Amino acid sequence: MSGHQTYQPRSPFMKWMERRLPIAGLVYSSFIVYPTPRNLNYWWTFGGILSFMLAAQIVTGVILAMHYTPHADMAFKSVEMIMRDVNYGWLLRYAHSNGASMFFIAVYIHMFRGMYYGSYKEPREVLWILGVILYLLMMATGFLGYTLPWGQMSFWGATVITNFFSAFPGIGESLVTLLWGGYSVGNPTLNRFYSLHYLLPFVIAGVVVLHIWALHVVGQNNPAGIEPKTDRDVVRFTPYATIKDAFFMICFSLVFAWFVFYTPNYLGHADNYIPANPAVTPTHIVPEWYYLPFYAILRAIPDKLMGVLALFGSIIILAFLPWLDTSPVRSARYRPLFRQFFWVFVIVCLGLGWLGSKPAEGGYVIASRILTIYYFAHFLIILPILGWVEKTKPLPNSIAESVLHDGVPVGASAPAPAKV
Amino acid sequence: MATNSSAEHSRRDFLYIATGAVAAAGGVAVAVPMIAQMNPDASTIAAGAPIEVNLAPVAEGQVIKVFWRGKPIYINHRTKKEIDAARAVDVAALPDPQPDTARVKQGKDQWLVLVGICTHLGCIPLAHQGSYNGFFCPCHGSVYDTSGRIRSGPAPSNLPLPPYVFLSDTQIRIG
Amino acid sequence: MSLKRSILALTVATGLAAFAVPAFAQDHSHDVETPPKQKWSFSGPFGKFDRAQLQRGFKVYREVCSACHSLELIAFRNLADQGGPEFSAAQAAVIAGEYKVPDAPNDAGEVVDRAARVADYFPKPFPNENAGRAANGGAYPPDLSVMAKARTYERGFPWFLIDIVTQFQEQGPDYVTALLTGYAEKPAHFELPDGSAYNKYFPGNAIKMPPPLSDGRVEYTDGSPATTLQYAKDVTAFLMWTAEPKLEARKRLGFQVMIFLLVFAGLLYFTKKKVWKQVALHPEDLKPRDPAPGEYRPH
Repeated sequence: MSGHQTYQPRSPFMKWMERRLPIAGLVYSSFIVYPTPRNLNYWWTFGGILSFMLAAQIVTGVILAMHYTPHADMAFKSVEMIMRDVNYGWLLRYAHSNGASMFFIAVYIHMFRGMYYGSYKEPREVLWILGVILYLLMMATGFLGYTLPWGQMSFWGATVITNFFSAFPGIGESLVTLLWGGYSVGNPTLNRFYSLHYLLPFVIAGVVVLHIWALHVVGQNNPAGIEPKTDRDVVRFTPYATIKDAFFMICFSLVFAWFVFYTPNYLGHADNYIPANPAVTPTHIVPEWYYLPFYAILRAIPDKLMGVLALFGSIIILAFLPWLDTSPVRSARYRPLFRQFFWVFVIVCLGLGWLGSKPAEGGYVIASRILTIYYFAHFLIILPILGWVEKTKPLPNSIAESVLHDGVPVGASAPAPAKV
Repeated sequence: MATNSSAEHSRRDFLYIATGAVAAAGGVAVAVPMIAQMNPDASTIAAGAPIEVNLAPVAEGQVIKVFWRGKPIYINHRTKKEIDAARAVDVAALPDPQPDTARVKQGKDQWLVLVGICTHLGCIPLAHQGSYNGFFCPCHGSVYDTSGRIRSGPAPSNLPLPPYVFLSDTQIRIG
Repeated sequence: MSLKRSILALTVATGLAAFAVPAFAQDHSHDVETPPKQKWSFSGPFGKFDRAQLQRGFKVYREVCSACHSLELIAFRNLADQGGPEFSAAQAAVIAGEYKVPDAPNDAGEVVDRAARVADYFPKPFPNENAGRAANGGAYPPDLSVMAKARTYERGFPWFLIDIVTQFQEQGPDYVTALLTGYAEKPAHFELPDGSAYNKYFPGNAIKMPPPLSDGRVEYTDGSPATTLQYAKDVTAFLMWTAEPKLEARKRLGFQVMIFLLVFAGLLYFTKKKVWKQVALHPEDLKPRDPAPGEYRPH
């Protein structure tokens, strides 16, 4: 297989079409002959899995919208009627609610993969920042969707999260009233959340197009973290990447199906099967699992405004990662120190997640504070310094070489890591 | 060498075909719930159960409207004059030939029970209107006679009859 | 190496800070006990409801619980649904006929009660929440339709992870059974508010609901023991069905989907291996050579 080939329309119709709207040529060059590094491992299949999850969420969501009633008095019941009366309604609803969790599992793996292999580094900064924007949009969509069943956690989650905005001095109160469309979370809030929950996935789809566009301009990073040099370093996207993606997508679907069919309520909260009650707050209010690390950061800080800023800051800081990491070497394979700090960081994030599910008292708060400090230190202190002090391992001469020798460069004269 | 490679070929072809076939089957299976959910749900089906109507309060010459499965059902207590008008027609000359006797239950000539939906495009015809004093659809001008048969206008067929039975002289069950 | 060790030490320290400190923070200000695990016919990947148990549970609900607790989401027709108590359609119609529900306004605009039909939902014992509170010492008896899914208790680490694999998700039913059988004499130090009963499993221990079940209260005709524990288990199973009426269909379809996905994944795995074999690298590929015309070059 050789590198770039251009699309040659064969039938008269495709020839006619190609002169007017070269969509077949676009598909051909982007998803068929597009060169992809041959050493991509299975962690690289999560981009495809995320596209699949987005499509699955949009399809099941559009269908659920056909049966759902966005009214404070009827929302809870309409969801239950979907579960009981609509043909396969239970399947569609459980697929959608668990699909959100699967979406986040996939995005977290995708993000940590990017961090481990330095996928955010020059020239992929814009690609990475678009990813951070997608992540933020996903968080917003997930939150809006979780309010729709209008159970106790929906209602109080909506109350707590929208109250973030009351932290801003001066304008806070009026800002929150604006968000609610009332003096408390109520029917107007539910209606606008429903509207936005339907809108945002299509915004996500739009940014995904930009994300893929940016990806196709700079090309994929790979486990070796070096650019492809010859055609032996790459394979065609189809069939090589597509079949690999498809295989792992089905493996991922096994996990997805396990949750949908066998433990459909495991990732939710029992409290959300209690209809919303503005008079009673659940004793132990926690967000969905995918927000827990950020929730821990929020609660670690005793000041309201600072807590909210820290929460937003912990996400926004990701956008600056390309400049906070000062090392010229991308892949953690050749960065022995970074690799350890990476795993410490993963453990810290998991720890924050666990703490976010615990009550905000005693030792939990102290532990949250330590881990919050570490979280920010990882980005602001450890990564910049590591770039200067770390002695990196020699990089392989080419991707093909790294594949054949399992990452160990051949020859005695391994070149020093080039500034890329 | 050549046999080897052709054996390899057919094995590979089989694998590709099998994988493709399973993928296609999976795609079809996924489509089933997505399409099935559009059909009436269990509560709609349960609400579509037969209804009973008491005819005693319906005076001669009066038309009442009841709803069954969301459709308006006309129950027309016809006068002698209306019955006679419906029967004094050359059936063969009608656009949708059907004798009046086939549109009522035997021995209950005065009770005409119709689905009150115009067979043209689904509007509700008005009772005791039009040139035959039967039904007249205001949307596009279809005219039905006192048996609910189409006489003029764009509608292609007679007003349909819902399934119903007489439980007694004054009680019917529709559905 | 020493730096490596110091990072490991830091990890351990962080881990300790995160996981050890909170261990001291657990406080037990009241004596709420963890519900004991029950055996349920509907647990596990092939779980199914026990029809006889659901029918007995319905009897307990009808003769005991329904005096105060509504079952808003359940229609009489559901009693004949597949995967439920599976009363016959005729039995469901007879049961419905024994209830009165308000009819649509008649020609005079009055609302009069009529016998329920199978399409009707179980009538509520109280016309509104305030009426329910007034009749029950200020506490509103909650609707029971999804109760078995609306209650839980914490499993703790590492059980919450193991539960994904073992599919244990019957915390709700375990809790309901425990609550119904958890009435006891209050401990000496416990101050019980007036009009409340002491319950070992209720959060806060003081519950407004008086002990609803007692041995022999409901008559069983199928030879099952007429004990409080049996009543509790039966009505819990019934409430699990009302909360998750499609449980059997879900688990059945789940098994089919799992088999399909495993076969599909296996086929894709071998297809992938075949496809990638065509581009396997060999050491001679690494020997330097001139780029072919039109060969791929990085941007």
